[in-house]
Amino acid sequence: MKTVGIIPRLDIKGPNLVKGIHLEGLRVLGKPSDFAKYYYEQGADELMFMDVVASLYERNSLHDIISETAKSIFIPITVGGGLRSISDIKEVLRVGADKVCLNTAAIKNPQIIKDASRMFGSSTIVVAIEAIKESNGKYLAYTDNGREYTGVDVFEWAQKVAELGAGEIVITSVDKEGTGQGYDLDLISKITNLVGIPVIAHGGAGKQSHIVDVLKDGNISSAMISSLFHYHFIKENRSQASTLEGNVEFLKQKRSFHIFEPCSIEVVKRELKINYIDCRL
Amino acid sequence: MDNNLKKVIIIDYQLGNLFSVKQACDTVGINSQISSNREDVLNADALILPGVGAFIEAMNNLRKFRLDTAIQDKVKSGTPIFGICLGQQLLFTESEEFGAGQGLDLISGLIKRFPNTFDERKIKVPHIAWNTIYTMQQEWGDSALKDLDNNDFMYFIHSYYVKPIDDACILTITNYDEIEFCSSILKNNIFATQFHPEKSADKGLSIYRNWALINNLYNNERN
Repeated sequence: MKTVGIIPRLDIKGPNLVKGIHLEGLRVLGKPSDFAKYYYEQGADELMFMDVVASLYERNSLHDIISETAKSIFIPITVGGGLRSISDIKEVLRVGADKVCLNTAAIKNPQIIKDASRMFGSSTIVVAIEAIKESNGKYLAYTDNGREYTGVDVFEWAQKVAELGAGEIVITSVDKEGTGQGYDLDLISKITNLVGIPVIAHGGAGKQSHIVDVLKDGNISSAMISSLFHYHFIKENRSQASTLEGNVEFLKQKRSFHIFEPCSIEVVKRELKINYIDCRL
Repeated sequence: MDNNLKKVIIIDYQLGNLFSVKQACDTVGINSQISSNREDVLNADALILPGVGAFIEAMNNLRKFRLDTAIQDKVKSGTPIFGICLGQQLLFTESEEFGAGQGLDLISGLIKRFPNTFDERKIKVPHIAWNTIYTMQQEWGDSALKDLDNNDFMYFIHSYYVKPIDDACILTITNYDEIEFCSSILKNNIFATQFHPEKSADKGLSIYRNWALINNLYNNERN
């Protein structure tokens, strides 16, 4: 059978789970371990941790989060953000990651994909591609959460990534990310039809039907989701905003998330089943 | 941990993530140690052979550490072994992976790669997904899978799969996009899975626990 996966994505800054919002910067949402545990219990198929600051000086707190999580969570964990070398990769695998996700380092030096997949196995190496649609309709790959222009064509890059030996591609539509307007279906289905490796869709899920829409393609292996699940978690467990540091105004205000219709992993999976899309439930 | 408890060696041949295998052992109370030392392997009460990566590199490393013959001797003398993913494949005769050649040959059979197309459909390789396992002819009630139901989900991440010559050792089958393959085997003291029980939540952990129970690894009377 062919099953799809639901992968919550946890963006990490220092000790906190954060979410980047257009024109607003990073919101602090809570403790990563609380969210990770909740998603595990709710039936997440994998977890993705992304160090959004991607700087060397806060790397230790990411390592602590990973090793703590890996002690009690028995599903695959992928870690990305700021991994620049084979030794960076080795280090996150050593603290408990099962797979690593490369972006900037891969674009700057594609050879790292080949070296890393030979060394750690193709299936350990995930490459993230951040796509922005230019005004002429062309999709270009960016890095650093859509801030850095590379001029690289997304479709050519995806094929090269697969040829170099990556095991999976995460394709993020930067234009859709955080908007809750749904996935960029054209972009994602074009990528998955071009490459022979599994493709994970990311960016834009605002309600459960968006997830069904992208996965019913039949050729997309998983959907990666952050806001939708994070806001559901916050609604269910109004966590202790007072114990957190950073931009927590958002949590204190108890604002509603008008562009999102938060829902649980379980609800999403039921909806998939109803639509004849197989998944672990 | 009780020092008299039977000792399981998680064989480290410098490939793949052993952290999660060790965590799974700790969680279910198996007295385990990660080691690439030949003497440790020879003195173990049971062995776990994990692994992610390329067959050829794995066999080269096993030979380099002189672990290949140690594993063969131990398994032939009846020591329980639990192979996981690439660790299952290494137990077989040979791989069709280019230039990979011979495995440990404890189970007769081949390692095959998923085709890129099947019935004129494109197949995504690697197979990275939760997928179901089901029985062929062998009952699994007495095996480490005993707490699982037919068609339970396990986590898979692989491009190659095993094809035993003798079907009798096939414990479960899995169907990936209409391609059926052997997803676990059991033959006497050899138990091995293509999926990762340590990444398959509670049901996966039950496999570690039951493997230890069946092989008396919680019994603290060392031989």
